[in-house]
Formats: sequence, structure tokens, C-alpha cells
Amino acid sequence: MDFIFIQFLNGLSSASSLFLVASGLSIIFGVTRITNFAHGAFYMMGAYVAYTLTESWMGALGFWGGLIAAAVAVAILGALIEIVLLRRIYNSPELFQLLATFGVTLVIQDLVIQIWGVDDLLGRRAPGMKGAVEIFGQAFPTYELMLIVLGPLCLGALWLLFNKTRWGVLVRAATQDRMMVSALGVNQAWLFTGVFTLGVFLAALGGAVQIPRDAVHNAMDLQIIVEAFVVVVIGGFGNVLGAFLASFIIAELNAFGILLFPKISMILMFLVMAVVLVIRPYGLLGKAEAHPRTALGSVIRPWAPLSKLGKNWVLALGLALVFLPMFAGDFLLNVSTEILIFALFAASLHLMMGVGGMVSFGHAAYFGLGAYGTALLVKFLGLSMGATMVLAPFLAVAGAIIFGWFCVRLSGVYLAMLTLAFAQISWSVIFQWDDVTGGDNGLLGIWPDAWAADQTSFYYVTLAIVGISVYAIRRIVFSPFGYTLRGCRDSLLRADAIGIDRLRIQWFGFVLAGSFAGVGGVLFAYLKGSVFPDYISIPLSVDGLVMVLLGGIQTVAGPIVGAGVFKALSTFIISHTEFWKIILGSFIIVLVVAFPQGIVGFFLEHFSKKKDSIEEGKS
Amino acid sequence: MKSKLDVHSLNSYYGGAHILTDVHLKAHESEVVALLGRNGAGKSTTFASLVGLVEKCSGSVIFNDEEICGKPTHEIVRLGLGYVPEDRRIFTDLTVEENLLVGKQPARDGVREWTTEMLFEFFPNLAEMRNRPGGQMSGGEQQMLTIARTLMGNPSLVLLDEPSEGLSPKIVEEMASAILEMKKYGLSVIISEQNLHFAKLISDRAYIIEKGVIRYEGTMTELAQNDEVKNAYLAV
Repeated sequence: MDFIFIQFLNGLSSASSLFLVASGLSIIFGVTRITNFAHGAFYMMGAYVAYTLTESWMGALGFWGGLIAAAVAVAILGALIEIVLLRRIYNSPELFQLLATFGVTLVIQDLVIQIWGVDDLLGRRAPGMKGAVEIFGQAFPTYELMLIVLGPLCLGALWLLFNKTRWGVLVRAATQDRMMVSALGVNQAWLFTGVFTLGVFLAALGGAVQIPRDAVHNAMDLQIIVEAFVVVVIGGFGNVLGAFLASFIIAELNAFGILLFPKISMILMFLVMAVVLVIRPYGLLGKAEAHPRTALGSVIRPWAPLSKLGKNWVLALGLALVFLPMFAGDFLLNVSTEILIFALFAASLHLMMGVGGMVSFGHAAYFGLGAYGTALLVKFLGLSMGATMVLAPFLAVAGAIIFGWFCVRLSGVYLAMLTLAFAQISWSVIFQWDDVTGGDNGLLGIWPDAWAADQTSFYYVTLAIVGISVYAIRRIVFSPFGYTLRGCRDSLLRADAIGIDRLRIQWFGFVLAGSFAGVGGVLFAYLKGSVFPDYISIPLSVDGLVMVLLGGIQTVAGPIVGAGVFKALSTFIISHTEFWKIILGSFIIVLVVAFPQGIVGFFLEHFSKKKDSIEEGKS
Repeated sequence: MKSKLDVHSLNSYYGGAHILTDVHLKAHESEVVALLGRNGAGKSTTFASLVGLVEKCSGSVIFNDEEICGKPTHEIVRLGLGYVPEDRRIFTDLTVEENLLVGKQPARDGVREWTTEMLFEFFPNLAEMRNRPGGQMSGGEQQMLTIARTLMGNPSLVLLDEPSEGLSPKIVEEMASAILEMKKYGLSVIISEQNLHFAKLISDRAYIIEKGVIRYEGTMTELAQNDEVKNAYLAV
């Protein structure tokens, strides 16, 4: 009993800093609509800066002052990033800001290692709070007690801020209707900067208060960002009280889950999130949005089949790819094969989010299921490559059928987070089911049949399958089914009103996208000769998102170009420097600012402007 | 009379579509002007263009001797050009008082300065529901609130987009007297209307817009007697 109570208190103290981080994320999203991927990185920065400051400043004042100063310093950094970077891209398609903050995350991850090194750092204990209090005969650290109080204290402070100050009222108004706020004379830009700064301050403070509890290390960001997203989704986006409740639930779940269900403790929070979303599609305290928004914003330029110029480009690219093995060495061929596979992966994700309007944060699930399907068929049934290639994608299809059924019932970020939950659940099953999947060690020895074993032959196999699949996806986009799917994306209400069964249409689109990703996974398993849980992990899903957004989500060809650029860039940079994250991150940031509609979007815009002016000149 | 707002060859585009063509419009101090036209004629787009809420527009909009075309929305509004959109856009989660607080702007020289209390006197209905969330108000009450909210910015000219739409006759009457009261305080008001009857009650002059082009301008009295124009552009 005593032990259980202490464990409960432990949960409470973790809940506090989780709440700080999650409430910041929630506020930022509520007002600016930015899915701030860098939030975890700011949390980590907060911890590192606090470590440095508390090491150099003496005494109690130095310690507590150091924590606050660290949060303030990181908040200033956040404000600068908002002003210099994010302000330029508020008018880009939603989620494009996600790409920018992803770039920021990469840069910060590397900077942290450059400045503080790779070793874990143990921070100073809080002066005057080094001891423990006896509760039911058990010792409980005083500092943890202080943290327990900190959470509700911050909730109270935020409540006062949002209800008793004009600035807070403006923020709440902007959460509901940004346009109307500026039509009443409020400068949105500064309001956004203020909100972003406040959110970053909370994240950094959450990180700073961790230093007496835990070692500071350079993987803190990923750990917290996923948890914070889950909290925000369970609580309801933009709802601070919801974030508070959800932090409590998740932290207690972590505290007790490890005791009660050690096997599935890693995915417990995703299970809970999935259940909450199925019952309450907008989180515990969230509300349905009055004007449901698609992830795309408005598509101004309707998609059209390829023009003559476009066809020539495709033809040229196809020819170049066919003749590539004549002058490319094995390494280049290997990289090219991989790029082709990721082009298919990105194209399938685009089918889901660009065409279907269903943003997926967990698209690696279907890629990974395809890869593991391959490995299992080869290992346990000893099937040939041909048979495997036909059968293995069905594991991805099965996954997409089950996950998709739940996902299409949600929309927007909630849908995206549910896809992430399913991907994590799949990952966890694969990671922990040692006997079948080999767990962390993966499954090795999955090689193509002899005729396709050399680099060139396998390249051609990949080129053929990817070529056919991408062509098929394009045909789907311009088929009646594709029109219907796009109709559901652009206006659910109108699609309903003309008698479209949108759930079925979107479900089918979801499954199609998943199966093409599965095909990519099959090819990838054969290319690498092995499968690992990485193939189904969050970073791979994020890579897919980056490719689609970088290429231009509002274009059909975007994902292919995005995959090529991203994969080629990262392969090149990684093989040339150890600072690859800084360079790749900066690249992404520059691309985001230079091509606010994605790379392909930029060129289309550029070309069509020329065309328009020619037409105007004629008339 | 001094000219408050002077619009010349205003063109607006939405996506690829050309919505307004060479629109011109004038309003003097303490004048109520009606912009009349059928559904989809371009009334709302005209207002949205004046406050900088359309994607692309060109032309000249002189407000208080200053060119405002191309300025960001919040700057235009801060110069004293108030805007009440057609769909009201009350902040439903905010209380009446909080809605008013969002509209608050510093006082401006030579313009009546409104306080919450003055507006509660002006719209007595609102005074009784200070702490009610905007989402729990009737359409008429919301319409009063949205006008009050814009007045909190101490504007010298107010654009009212279809203020009578969807309101009961009694509320429409209250609305008319409120607008005349605003005029008395020295404000200029431009209303957009499909309903000639309501516009006739309060307006000094009128413009008629059709397919994004101004087809008629004149005093309200002239228009009321001109059956030909009324039938051509306003009759349903």
C-alpha cells in the first residue's frame, strides 16, 4: 500500500513537467496552428542551459535563478526563430511549418552535442531540497514534492493569464478566429510571437526542472515530444486544462504501467490515446472545430494530367533511370535503388495525405509491415522472391484495413496522431515478439533470388515495380475514385450532401496508400537483406513526411522529387561529415523559406506565372 | 462636407477570378451610405478589400487623406476604419465583456471614445448578459455585440455588412435607430444591403453594385423614386 502511494506521488511529480511541456505545445498549436516538432528540442535546450547555469552560479539563488534564466534564454531563442523563420511561412500549407520546426530540431540536436558533448550530464541537486520527507514510512524526495506543487501552480498562473489579462483574452479569441482578431486591429504577428515564446518558455522550464531528477542527455527531445503530443491529443488541442488532466493520466500510467503490465508498458499510452480518440474524437476536453480545416489549406491550382512539357520531363527521367546502370558504380546504384523505394513510399504517403487529406504521422507502419511480411515469408515458409513479392504486401494491407477503419473516423491532427499510435503499437509488437520477429536483432538473410541478386538486376526489378506503382497511383489520382477522394478532402459536408459514403471512400484510399507503402517495404527488405524494427519507427514516418512536404504537398509530382532531393542530400551529407544534422537541418530550413509551396509547387507557380502573363499579353 | 473615404478603381481577385472591377465609392463625415446589390454582387468582397482581407487587390483607397490600399488589416483598422463582417464572427467561447475587450483600441483624436459602460447603455440588452458566452446568444444579440465590439476600437467609419440579415422586424428597427445614433455621434457608416426597405430608413446616399461593377449612384431619395433602376438591379 505504502509503495503504491509513493509510486502515485512519483507519477504526480512527473506529471508536472510533462504538463509544462504539453501545455506549451497545446497553446502554440491552438493559436498559430503550428505543429511544433521542435518543442522537444526546446525542452532539451532548457535542461542543458539550466545545467550550465546552475553549475556556474552558486547558492540557492544561483540554482533557482539558473532554472528560470535558462527558460527565459531558450524562450528568447524561440522568439527569434518565430520572427526570423516561422513568420515567413504562416501562409504556406498547414504542416509546412512542421517541416520547418523539424529542420530546427535537427540543428538543435547537433548543436547540443557540439556544445555539451555526448555524455550524460548529472546536474546539481536543489539547495535546501536535498533531503527526503517520510510519507507512510517511506522516504520521498523533497524536490519531487515541490514538483508536485509546481504543476497546479502553473495551471493556476496560466488560468489567470488567459482569463484576467487582455493579452490572454486576445489569445483565446485568436484560438477561435484569427482573421476576426486582426479585423479588430490586433497585430497577429506579435500575438503569434508572444504565444510561441510563452510555449517555448514552458517547454524549457519543463526541461530545466528535470536536472536534479535525471541525467541530461541528447535523446531527451524525442522521448518527450512524443509523450507531449499524446498528452495534447488526449486533452484536446488548445485546451490547457485538458493537457493538465492528460498529463496526470499519462504520468500515472507510466508509473504503474511498468509494474502492472511490464510487457506492454511502452505502448500503454498509445493504447490509451487510441481508446480516447475512438470514444472522443477531439480529446477529453477538446471541441469539434467550427470550420473543419483540411491539412492542405485551399488548393488554388486544380491538378491536371501532365502537359506536353511534363511528359517530356517524365520521359527524360525514365530514360536516365533506365540507362543509369551503364555508367553508375555499385554504390551509386545501391543509393539509387533506395531512393526509388523511398519515392514510392513518399508517393503512397502523398496518396493518403495529399490526395486523401488524411495526414499520417505513422506511415512507416505499412512500410515496415511489408518488410516484415517479406522476412517472415522467407524465414518460415522459404518462399521465392516472386511469391513473396506478391504475398508480403498483404500484411501491410491487413494493417491498413484495421488501422484505417479507426483513423478515417477522425480528422486533422487527431487522425494523424492515431496513425502514429497504431504505428507505435506495431513497432512495439515487432520489437518485443523476439521468437517470431527477432526483436531488436531483426531478421537477417533475406536475399533476392539468384537472377536478381546482383546490384544491377535488383535495380531494374525495383525500377520496374516502382515505375508501375507510381504510374498506378497517378492513374488513381485522376480516376473517378480519385475525384471522389479529393472531393471528400476538400469538403466533407458537400461530399456527404451528394451521397458519397465518405468513410468507405477514405477507408479505401487509406488501404490503397498503405498497400503501396507495403510494396516499398518488400523491396527495401530485399535491398538490405534484413529487417529491423527501425523500418517501422517514428523517424522513418517523419522522413516520409519531410519528403512529401519538401516536394510540395499540393502537387502530384512533389513526393517523388521530395524523396529524391531529401534522400540524395542526406546520403551525401552523412557520408561526408559528422555534422550532418546541422547541415541537413539548415538545408531544410533554407528550402522551406525559399520554396514555401514545396519544390515542385515553386516551379509550377513560376512557370504558370509566365504562362499567365503571356496570355494576358495576347488578349 | 469633408470626405472620409474615397475609393477609386478598386480591383479585387480571388484565386484566378476577377471579382471587383474599377469600383468607386465615397463616404463623407456623419453620412450613412448604402451599398446595394443582390446576393453575390460583390458587396462583401468590396468591404473585405477595403480592410485588406482579400488575397489580391489594386487601386486607390483614401481614408482620412491617407492611402490604405495594400496595408495589413490590423493597421487599416487601427486608423479608425471599423469592420463588421456579414457572418458576425462572435468569439463564442468568450463572454460578452471579453468580446468587447478584444475590440478595444486606444482613443483617437476627434473621434468619440467608447467604453464598455457606454456601449452597455447604447445596447441595453447586452448589459444584462455581460458574462454570458457569445455562443449562447440569439442572432440579434450577436449582431448587436459584433457592432459594439467594433465600436470599442473607436472608429470614425464603420463598414456594416448586411446588418439586417436574418433578424426579426423588431430587432431590425433597433438596429436602424442604433445606426442613426452612431451617425449623430459623427461616425460615417457604410452598410451593405439586399433589402432596400431597411436601407431607405437610414441612408443618405446609395450605390448599386452588380457583378463587381458599380451600376448606379445617387441620393437615397432619388433611388427610391427610380423604378427602372430598382427593377433592373434590386428586384428579385
